[in-house]
Amino acid sequence: MLVYLIRRLMQSVVVLCVMSLLVFLGVFAIGDPVQILINPLADQAEIDRATAALGLDQPLWRQYWLFLVNAARGDLGRSFVYNVPAIGLILERMPATLELAVTATFFGVILGVPLGMLAGLKPASPVGKSIMAASILGFSLPTFWVGLMLIMVFAVELGWLPSTGRGAATCSLLGLKFSLCTVDGLRHILLPALNLALFKLSLVIRLSRAGTREVVLQDYVKFARAKGLPQSRVVWLHVFKNITIPIVTVLGLELGSTIAFAVVTEWIFAWPGMGKLIIESINVLDRPVIVAYLLVIVFMFIVINLAVDVAYSVLDPRVRLSEQRA
Amino acid sequence: MSDAPTLAVESLRTHFFTKSGVVKAVDDVGFTVGAGKVLGIVGESGSGKTVTAFSIIGLVDPPGRIVGGRVLFKGEELVGAPEERLRHLRGSRIAMIFQDPMMTLNPVLRIDTQMIEAVRAHDSAVGKDEARGRARDALGRVGIPSPDERLRGYPHQFSGGMRQRVAIAIALLNKPDLVIADEPTTALDVTIQGQILYEAQKLCRETGAAMIWITHDLSVIAGLADEVCVMYAGRVVESGAVDQVLDAPLHPYTRGLIGSVPSRNARGRPLMQIPGMTPSLIDLPPGCAFRTRCARADAACAETPPMTEPLPGRKMRCFHPHLGASA
Ligand SMILES: Nc1ncnc2c1ncn2[C@@H]1O[C@H](COP(=O)(O)OP(=O)(O)O)[C@@H](O)[C@H]1O
Ligand code: SF4
Ligand SMILES: [Mg+2]
Repeated sequence: MLVYLIRRLMQSVVVLCVMSLLVFLGVFAIGDPVQILINPLADQAEIDRATAALGLDQPLWRQYWLFLVNAARGDLGRSFVYNVPAIGLILERMPATLELAVTATFFGVILGVPLGMLAGLKPASPVGKSIMAASILGFSLPTFWVGLMLIMVFAVELGWLPSTGRGAATCSLLGLKFSLCTVDGLRHILLPALNLALFKLSLVIRLSRAGTREVVLQDYVKFARAKGLPQSRVVWLHVFKNITIPIVTVLGLELGSTIAFAVVTEWIFAWPGMGKLIIESINVLDRPVIVAYLLVIVFMFIVINLAVDVAYSVLDPRVRLSEQRA
Repeated sequence: MSDAPTLAVESLRTHFFTKSGVVKAVDDVGFTVGAGKVLGIVGESGSGKTVTAFSIIGLVDPPGRIVGGRVLFKGEELVGAPEERLRHLRGSRIAMIFQDPMMTLNPVLRIDTQMIEAVRAHDSAVGKDEARGRARDALGRVGIPSPDERLRGYPHQFSGGMRQRVAIAIALLNKPDLVIADEPTTALDVTIQGQILYEAQKLCRETGAAMIWITHDLSVIAGLADEVCVMYAGRVVESGAVDQVLDAPLHPYTRGLIGSVPSRNARGRPLMQIPGMTPSLIDLPPGCAFRTRCARADAACAETPPMTEPLPGRKMRCFHPHLGASA
């Protein structure tokens, strides 16, 4: 197990290096930030000075090398715009996005698994069919439209919930700010989290339903019933434990992409997360922030994948980590 | 009530209402089993043996449904009985062993979990430790070495034969009055088959349970069962004491089955195979279902033959049985 984890971590370093090169080249290709950052009336001398100050006069390979050397020391560069470390900017916004994504995933699971299992146990009943229809709707409605509707109904018409920001009252943990721990924060996160949960909810419903339909046909479920177990135990132990694996896999990937692409929801609900930061940074070609952001996301995917693999070995006794392809 | 047989099945009919038509998987099946007796049910694959077994314990799932007949367990009607009553009987009074041991144990739960729950589902007063003790003893009885250790294992750590022993141990945990074994050795090696057969038989004899042993292999029945039912296309076509049926089969299908058992053929002679295939049970036309494969078939066989008792204790469904002639 330990050997496995160490090997996986070493592989992730390689992945990070390759990704950083790709990101670096990609960002280099999209345009010259000096043109955007500087006063349009500036003369050539001023442009040259600014270029040199940002280190952009160096050849590309040298820029990348400097970046790697600094990155090894934990410095991913300074934002051109804010003139503060890029990684600091990102970490400052990360808790907001993380708690939004985690809350949304939580909603997706807590509602999606029971609904999906119900639909899987009674696929032909009106209840099962309605759940399926709702999940199809959840897949096909655009996120921004649902977000606007949520605001219209719950914030504007009914006035029950706030529609923008994280709320004033946040608490800090290890210097990072979280809003999940106050009532006001919870009220603020509810609408954006529901908005973001919609797609995940539909996905979890489908996965749980498909898994349940397959598992209930297995002999071991029939055998469990033949032992005279109560229906609740058959469903919540024998069936549930067998459908968790595909759900965990997909949710892991989903959590990653939610964190990376919560942009639309963050925009609609003015949620001060990483999504807004990255859009703004792309607009002004703030290269260090873009690069740092993408690397943080890559790192996060690596961690989530590792967590999913470890979860497999906990959920399925037949999986042993050392034997797995990494 | 007290002298009612352990199980009496009367005119049981279980049909599946599928999109392509009605599958009469079990169509007028009847038999009885007394305490301490072994009934063999023999028939080719698809003849309705498993569906009969599930009908008895009330585990026929849609699109299937019991459409007629009675299942009397010690005189108590089980067809239409409340689910809670059936659940109480399943696994405690009536236990079942399945065909494929690789599939019957839940792959993600430990053996002890799967055994302890079987005890506590029927007697919540039993503590976890006591239930574990019973599980360990049961594993020991079916010949699993170091049961304490094995209890903590997962199914994938057991061989097929060992898994079937675990399944038998689970079935016998609550000392049932009736054990239904649905081809429990079919998926196993020949040597293991013999051992399992011996164990199951011994355990039932010790506890005095009635047993229904389902198989497609007549030779298994010979040394094991007291009575035998031969099933074909959802119907019992012949039944009676094992020795008599095997020595002097009345029904052409039974004769064909016996002819296809290797040991019963003279050495060097090719095995007799019953020509043709089992008919599709979807919208099966009336008449004797065997007539497409039967050498004795004639116009009369377009009618469904009734169950008759041409000799005492010998029942069969055929217009032209092998009466008088020996096998
Ligand atoms: N769920 C089902 N849906 C439709 N037909 C079924 C179903 N289960 C069993 N059958 C049909 O019932 C018949 C008897 O099956 P079964 O009892 O399993 O046979 P056996 O155990 O004798 O091999 C088969 O023709 C099979 O196709
Ligand atoms: S009833 Fe006719 S077809 Fe059927 S087994 Fe008897 S002789 Fe053959
Ligand atoms: Mg079968």
